[in-house]
Amino acid sequence: MVSKRIVLHFPHRLVNQPIVYRLVREYDLQFNILKAFVTPEEEGLMVLELSGKRDNFDKGIEYLKSCGVKMQPLSQDVVRNETKCTHCGVCVPMCPTEALTIDKQTRKVKFDNKKCIACELCVKICPPRAMEVHF
Amino acid sequence: MKTIKEINEKIKKGEVVVVTAEEVIDLVRKKGTKKVSQEVDVVTCGTFGPMCSSGAYFNIGHSKPRIKVGGGACKLNDVPCYTGFAAVDIYLGATALPDDDPRNKVYPGEFKYGGAHVIQELVAGKDVRLEGAAYGTDCYPRRKLETLINIKDMNEAVLFNIRNAYQNYNVAVNLSDKPIYTYMGMLKPNLGNANYCSAGQLSPLLKDPYYRTVGIGTKIFLGGGVGYVAWQGTQHNPSIPRKENGIPQAPAGTIAVIGDLKQMSPNWLVGTSMLGYGATLIVGIGLPIPVLDEDVIKCAAVEDKDIYAQVVDYSVNYPNCVPGSLGEVNYDQLKSGKIIIQGKEVLTGNLSSYSKAHEICEELKKWIKKGDFILSEPVAPLPNANSGYGFKMLKERPVLKKEE
Repeated sequence: MVSKRIVLHFPHRLVNQPIVYRLVREYDLQFNILKAFVTPEEEGLMVLELSGKRDNFDKGIEYLKSCGVKMQPLSQDVVRNETKCTHCGVCVPMCPTEALTIDKQTRKVKFDNKKCIACELCVKICPPRAMEVHF
Repeated sequence: MKTIKEINEKIKKGEVVVVTAEEVIDLVRKKGTKKVSQEVDVVTCGTFGPMCSSGAYFNIGHSKPRIKVGGGACKLNDVPCYTGFAAVDIYLGATALPDDDPRNKVYPGEFKYGGAHVIQELVAGKDVRLEGAAYGTDCYPRRKLETLINIKDMNEAVLFNIRNAYQNYNVAVNLSDKPIYTYMGMLKPNLGNANYCSAGQLSPLLKDPYYRTVGIGTKIFLGGGVGYVAWQGTQHNPSIPRKENGIPQAPAGTIAVIGDLKQMSPNWLVGTSMLGYGATLIVGIGLPIPVLDEDVIKCAAVEDKDIYAQVVDYSVNYPNCVPGSLGEVNYDQLKSGKIIIQGKEVLTGNLSSYSKAHEICEELKKWIKKGDFILSEPVAPLPNANSGYGFKMLKERPVLKKEE
């Protein structure tokens, strides 16, 4: 069983194709949509948690590539600007997945981007704007 | 009993014993207040949080021909400054916004750039764009000015904050069913989170609750450089009810501070954007407490579990000045990450960085130990708890129109 959070970029021509449906029917993969939108440049963007058997998962990824969907792992997307963060901790109760926590010893804010689902709730509420989105 | 003079002698000889506001807690637990008051000379406190009543004044120098922006207009990177002084003196407030900032018209406004951000860029040594407009006089004929300017080109650049370092603060929550955007951060509906803003056991005025050692003229760490307490801060309210240990249970004392901006650092003056609220400046302040006697150490050793704050609703009560607390919590509970309000477990967030406040305590300790920072004697006390000095709400009165 493999489970990964990935960001899919759909080019304009694929936006109205039932790509995720194929992943389920042909490759027996489970999905959880964490975020989806169409950007002004008419590129579709979707953040998926995708899981299934190893070989099915790999085939599914191959299928996505063959369609022209660009992919990147989710962890690259929300980045903390370490020079800007003041470690106040006002982001901590905002984070729905505990990707942002306070270290009880140092009282510094820890950011575990493996737990981040890129909801971006922390981005605008960060007083020094240290949380940055890089899609 | 020790005097500030005696402590300064020790600093000069390199014999001074300095501990941070955190270290003193452990020391007192191990050795007791009497012994620690004999052994320790200075306790360093610190705080690093958003402080809106901050700003800086500048003398930009005279152009050729001369211009009188006094009574005219002046902007730094599009952020308007106050010009109601002589020809080329201006004051830039932390919360000032460019005229074309949409504010909260697109709600919640982002307030990405304001006076605080200009101050941070100036301190970082960046050039900023200065625009001046004047009505022109015989002695100051010029009407317009546009130039790049750097902090090192200015005659004076002085940080002058009229209210900083609040002694204690509210814990903000939202009882309504809509998210609200406040100076205490975004508050999720139905007690979705509880935000507080204090360094607690490190915070300067919480460690000298009756202002015994801090007064007008006290030398402090300000924005990474040296500053002074100029006056009591605005809204200084020492008459707030206190616990037995002297700690006010709600926002109480404040200080106005001043210092040369040119020797400060962008690490300790940070431009900040509060979503839906405005721009503000995070200010780093460190205060040395001279250990004059055992009472001073008793106060300085107060810890988070003995410092209480009030939980206040910011959806209805705060905006409408309806008094009332939803309960009292201590900073130990706040720091644990969750508190119980009305039977509900609520996650907490701090707007004031404890780890940075701790760095300030350590930095000031280093300065004093090295002999670089001599303590000053206050020249006058701050109004104290029994002074009758207090805080008034505005009484509005009708303005009668003159009859024609």
